[in-house]
Amino acid sequence: MQESKLLTISTSPHIRDRDSVPKIMWTVVISLLPAVFAGTYFFGLRALLIVFIGTVSSIATEALIQRILHKKITVYDGSAAVTGMLLAMVIPSGVPLWMPIIGSFCAIAFAKAPFGGIGYNIFNPALIGRAILLASFPVAMTTWQLPLPMQAVDSVTGATTLAIIKEGHADHALSIWNLFIGRSGGSIGETSELALLIGAILLLVKRYITWHIPVSFIGTVALIFGIKELFGDRDFAMIMVQMFSGGLLLGAFFMATDMVTSPLTKTGGLIFGAGTGIITCIIRIKGGYPEGVCYAILLMNAVTPLIDRYVKPRRFGISRKK
Amino acid sequence: MLIGNRFPSTVQVFFTLMRMNKAINFSSKLIIKRFQGGVYLKDEKASSRKRIEDAELPSKVTIPFHQHIGTPASPIIEVGSQVKKGQKIAEATGFVSANVHSSISGKVTSIGKNLYPALGRASIAAVIESNGKDEWVEGIETHDPDLLTDQQIIEIIMEAGIVGMGGAAFPNHVKLTIPEGKKIETILLNGAECESYVTADHALMLEEPEKIIDGLKLVMRVTKAKNAFIGIEKNKPDAIDILNKAIHSEKNIKVVPLKVKYPQGWENMLIKAILHKEVPPSKLPLDFGIIISNVSTTNAISNAVRLGHPLIERVVSINGSGIVKPKNLRVRIGTLFSELIRQCGGFSGEVGKIIAGGPMMGFSMSDMGVPVTKGTNNVLVLSKDEVKDLQPNACIRCGRCIDACPVGLIPRTIALLAQKGMFKEAESYFPIDCKECGCCAYVCPSKIPLVQLIQFAKTDIITR
Repeated sequence: MQESKLLTISTSPHIRDRDSVPKIMWTVVISLLPAVFAGTYFFGLRALLIVFIGTVSSIATEALIQRILHKKITVYDGSAAVTGMLLAMVIPSGVPLWMPIIGSFCAIAFAKAPFGGIGYNIFNPALIGRAILLASFPVAMTTWQLPLPMQAVDSVTGATTLAIIKEGHADHALSIWNLFIGRSGGSIGETSELALLIGAILLLVKRYITWHIPVSFIGTVALIFGIKELFGDRDFAMIMVQMFSGGLLLGAFFMATDMVTSPLTKTGGLIFGAGTGIITCIIRIKGGYPEGVCYAILLMNAVTPLIDRYVKPRRFGISRKK
Repeated sequence: MLIGNRFPSTVQVFFTLMRMNKAINFSSKLIIKRFQGGVYLKDEKASSRKRIEDAELPSKVTIPFHQHIGTPASPIIEVGSQVKKGQKIAEATGFVSANVHSSISGKVTSIGKNLYPALGRASIAAVIESNGKDEWVEGIETHDPDLLTDQQIIEIIMEAGIVGMGGAAFPNHVKLTIPEGKKIETILLNGAECESYVTADHALMLEEPEKIIDGLKLVMRVTKAKNAFIGIEKNKPDAIDILNKAIHSEKNIKVVPLKVKYPQGWENMLIKAILHKEVPPSKLPLDFGIIISNVSTTNAISNAVRLGHPLIERVVSINGSGIVKPKNLRVRIGTLFSELIRQCGGFSGEVGKIIAGGPMMGFSMSDMGVPVTKGTNNVLVLSKDEVKDLQPNACIRCGRCIDACPVGLIPRTIALLAQKGMFKEAESYFPIDCKECGCCAYVCPSKIPLVQLIQFAKTDIITR
């Protein structure tokens, strides 16, 4: 009977799916790489350096805080890396090198750690980091580099497509294709929608995100701008411009879908996506900032607990109407 | 020419419409024939398509008196009694209880508390040592069901101590005694066997389809059911073929191939998949005119009615990475797990877990000295490296447990509240609906012991 003493006892189930939190988070990191490389191609090695600094300082901040609070060091789970990477991807490549450090520090120290670390934060940490940077350094944060192939001799910075439209210079010949592959000014990770979609497909195939939030988010934006064009200039190509510019795809596929800060259910995700889309459009059309994705997601993050409270799955055998 | 040109186009339109109609019908079938939630398990049925072998006659059996749902049977033998194969050794107490019979001939050497392979509790059991003769008790007689009344058939089933053999072990005569005012329309025969590893029902369907159908027809007769469906998962095409052949002359019995998805074999999922009805938590299948029986159970019913054999043996699949030769064995009730493992070539390496039942809902054993009971369909041996010490992380709110839950619960919220001892709040999330199928914990990337925490909440609500 000595042998039997070695048997493990536990409740069922005795087999588990192989997916784990680190696997999910590191896959998100991999899925972001195409966009980072695209950013590097268009904005130069400095872009890569900024992403690197952002990621490393995010991981370092988390480790440091966990050390000080005598908590288990959990930076290996990859969630801090995702936060740092996303933060660096939503800032322009021309910022001073210390800026991503401050952004990452704020993201982890203000938006993640105080709530209890991974799984407990209410707001998307990367977006909080960006919001703080944008409020503190508005000039640096909105001085967008033009992609290298587009730079003229004496102008290396320029407005983003959205800023151009905002200021009424929409007569600039906008090549939607250029927007799509990334040949336009903007933040590091936002520029190439093609690269973002490659990463998004990886996450969709792995089922780490579902279509609900991105489709309802982007769909709502397209719908609202479609209606706007219908009663306005009838320039429907503008819908494509709205979809492929700014941080819409990055936000819709990689930030709004953040598991921790989005609703639990798929129906909740549809509502969340639609809400984000509406707020994005309000900011883009009427707001003072040219880009609204960041604030739209943050505002809907705050509504997530409310959505979860009212959107629940249907109990088996119980009609929803009762 | 004009007509000649128009004619084919009309035909084409007609056929296109037909095709569309077919496609719509087909897709609506696809939508209906599945239940929400569930998980796709890896097919690990190594012992499938292996013939059923008779296990060696055990030299000693341990037969618990409480192998079923309901009150324990009370012993009618004493230490030192000589018993024969098929002799009743414990009698049902009350209606929801079941008789227990000796599975070998020999001498009762002790009666006392013994480990029991379910619910982690001990049960009073008799230890019987074999005299090697394997003699049947007197009075075993064959019957012609046509000469028996329905009541007599139910009595034979009750006397034979037959319980549900899919795992739940609910006394069968209770199920077949239809309460006043209820009518049974349909019998669902459960051959889904949706847990990975388990192959006992599959093996039985391949080898004894006639007996299974015979038992099913007896069940249909005594319950006056009009029709029956046999639900089998599509990963067992050979069983579907064989049973289809066995029912070719039956008009009111149909084999329904089912999607391979766990927990397809759970009663309510089977009803949903085959009859497109949802049985709410407050109701029983009986309220919908449905009775569900397992293929092993109807096989045992046929044996009891036609041959007069009480339930003293069953097919058990023994498998898992920790075992050398996975097998389907016909085992006497009371045979110890250690004996079965020895007959399957022993352990292939270091052992992690020994599980009575399947990997999703089975019970892990602390000891190999536990006996096979009427409800044991599988013995699973997992090797040491398959059994990891899982460290749960914080919930990252991925929502997978919600998508996987077949009864539409929010497992992570119930678990979170249970962890904090907030049972009152947890109650409003209906943990009582939970059937502990394990889908939520299976998919959880944070490895949170969701089933355990939900059990915790349930226990508090039930005992409050």
